[in-house]
Amino acid sequence: MKIRRRDFLKGIASGGVLAVIGKPDLALATERQYQPGALGILYDATLCVGCQSCMVACKKANNMPMERTRAPGVWDDPVDLSSSTLNIIKKYQHGEGQVKDSVDGYSFVKRHCMHCVEPSCVSACPVSALTKDKENGIVGYNKERCIGCRYCQIACPFNIPKFQWDDPTPEIVKCQLCSHLVEKGGISACCEACPTGASLFGPVESLINEAKRRQQMVPGKYYDFPISDLSGRTSPEFKSRMAAKYVPEIYGEYEVGGTQVLHMAGVPFNKLGFPDLPHESYASISDGIQYAIYKGMVYPIVVLGGLIYMVNKREGGDKEE
Amino acid sequence: MSEAKPIGGKVWSLPVLFFLAVVVLALFFLAQRFFYGLGAVTNMNDGYPWGIWIAYDVVIGTAFACGGYCMALLVYIFNKGEYHPLVRPALMASMFGYTLAGVSVIFDIGRYWQAYNIMIPAYMNFKSVLLEVALCIGTYVLVLWIEFAPTFLEKLKADRLAAKLNKVIFVFIALGVLLPTMHQSSLGTMMLAAGYKLSPFWWTSFLPLLFLLSALIMGYAVVIFESTVAALAFNRPLETRILGKLSEVMVWILGFVLVVRFQDLNARDLLPMVFGGGFKANMLVLENLCLLAAMMTLIYPANRKNPKLLFLSAIAIMLGGGLYRMNTYLVGFDPGNGFTYFPSVPEMVITFAIISVEIVAYVWFVKRLPVLHEIKQA
Ligand code: SF4
Ligand code: SF4
Ligand code: SF4
Repeated sequence: MKIRRRDFLKGIASGGVLAVIGKPDLALATERQYQPGALGILYDATLCVGCQSCMVACKKANNMPMERTRAPGVWDDPVDLSSSTLNIIKKYQHGEGQVKDSVDGYSFVKRHCMHCVEPSCVSACPVSALTKDKENGIVGYNKERCIGCRYCQIACPFNIPKFQWDDPTPEIVKCQLCSHLVEKGGISACCEACPTGASLFGPVESLINEAKRRQQMVPGKYYDFPISDLSGRTSPEFKSRMAAKYVPEIYGEYEVGGTQVLHMAGVPFNKLGFPDLPHESYASISDGIQYAIYKGMVYPIVVLGGLIYMVNKREGGDKEE
Repeated sequence: MSEAKPIGGKVWSLPVLFFLAVVVLALFFLAQRFFYGLGAVTNMNDGYPWGIWIAYDVVIGTAFACGGYCMALLVYIFNKGEYHPLVRPALMASMFGYTLAGVSVIFDIGRYWQAYNIMIPAYMNFKSVLLEVALCIGTYVLVLWIEFAPTFLEKLKADRLAAKLNKVIFVFIALGVLLPTMHQSSLGTMMLAAGYKLSPFWWTSFLPLLFLLSALIMGYAVVIFESTVAALAFNRPLETRILGKLSEVMVWILGFVLVVRFQDLNARDLLPMVFGGGFKANMLVLENLCLLAAMMTLIYPANRKNPKLLFLSAIAIMLGGGLYRMNTYLVGFDPGNGFTYFPSVPEMVITFAIISVEIVAYVWFVKRLPVLHEIKQA
């Protein structure tokens, strides 16, 4: 039941909705366009050992409460992202799940905001409470503006924004790439805490180059993997590890117009719970239609003029009767 | 100038008291909602952030409240003066429907005390479909009250003010046609952002057009429904002749809706899936069967003179249109990840309360204000 862009355009072409008002600019750039200063995270499931250090660090850095979902106890054990959990390590397992990073075995997977290049949440938000930073592209949230309409939740293809359902003064909660730390010249808490380099912070271009380098590696051979940071904000550190066999895609390189958080794994991404997504953002499709209709409010104003004329004529006629 | 008269009579009847009881119960749940958060009374969740308060109260409710829009369109734009007696009651129902949709949004949004942020130009995100819908509906509520103001002024015998308003009212009537055209179509555009989460049965570039059309058919159907119920409840003659003429207009729109809908499904090769069974497919079929049944009934001139069949067709259209919208906002929406949603009892009670307020207000208004057309003693 996947919708492809082709189908969508077929729909447009087959119909007359937009014939009257001119075709919107749907010839979207299929080339992803990262901002020059874009920062992001590369998560490599094959390096992840599932220690969940990143989750602990994330909670600390963002003052998030503990969650007790399964059993009462002292542990924080979220089962998924929620309004108290911005980042989660989950496990994919097939059958016995013996071999790491293979479809028939198991794999870890990390989920948090993808910091999309064309974020649907930002397009959706009526009051610009969600914004994309012009420099580093981090998608941040401002509760002073938010009205709690939750359209961002409808719009996000990754179901990332969470709402505080049990709070009388609720907020939207999501990973903001530790912008409060990044501002001060630091790096994201999850990457800082990651002992293996599975979560790697850095400029998106460098992360993509690093990901491509890993894809060239010969499985089973040893290579140096950078730990925590590629941005030069902290002193570089490397560890030698055996390369795993990767699936050929880098998830996030093209999905919905590209994302600043990128994923690599040994198991196909749809098995890991990532949706199959087109290369254009859905936001840009509805933007296109809205834009075509409301461009500079020209059509509405012309129509209003016509309506006023017609009503006036009719009402005037009434009075003369 | 007006030939409308208050119909008088007692306002406090047994049904009215029942509706008020529902409202009291709803107030209790609303208090909980405001003290403990939305999670305390609703079944909405992070996968289904919108429940029936949006899908019914706003998305379907405002379509049911399109009677005023539809009648204004006919009378003022297509210059069909003979429908004039239907304008005032339709306008009034619209005024209540839209106003209460606005009220229920305040219950629904989490940070309601900041709702005015919508009106702060520096915050406005013009890319947001929701911004357009919110501003448009907000303005339209005002426009409706202004359009309806002459009725109050007649009652208050404020003739000077009424005369003044009469000079400029054409601007508001024009706005009253433009604004619903904009936001009713945008209510459809809004769900384009849901992307793959909305089933391709409903996720189509035709969403704006289909939502506009569904607002039209639902608006006309409500005019027929409301006028028939009013006639029965208040012992007035049925307005069958004029309603029959109105339903002729509807046959055309219904036909157009069905053609657009199936042509679009066909163009995207979805027809085999539509008739292939399954819950969503069946809901889609049901939605269109309602419309088809109404169209096939109204296509015969004889049926259009039959008040019973007119009334039943109106109900079928309201159902079909309502289902279409419910399907687009809830049934066809699946965020994945195992999320589910079915409205909780308090959620439903609050929605019933909103409908109750509408009914009570309607009764009170027609009994006390010059809304319904005066019955001519022939
Ligand atoms: S993943 Fe969702 S919340 Fe994060 S930037 Fe993209 S659309 Fe927004
Ligand atoms: S819930 Fe808040 S952040 Fe999300 S779209 Fe609405 S106003 Fe914007
Ligand atoms: S970047 Fe910060 S907020 Fe986001 S997942 Fe990592 S630690 Fe949590």
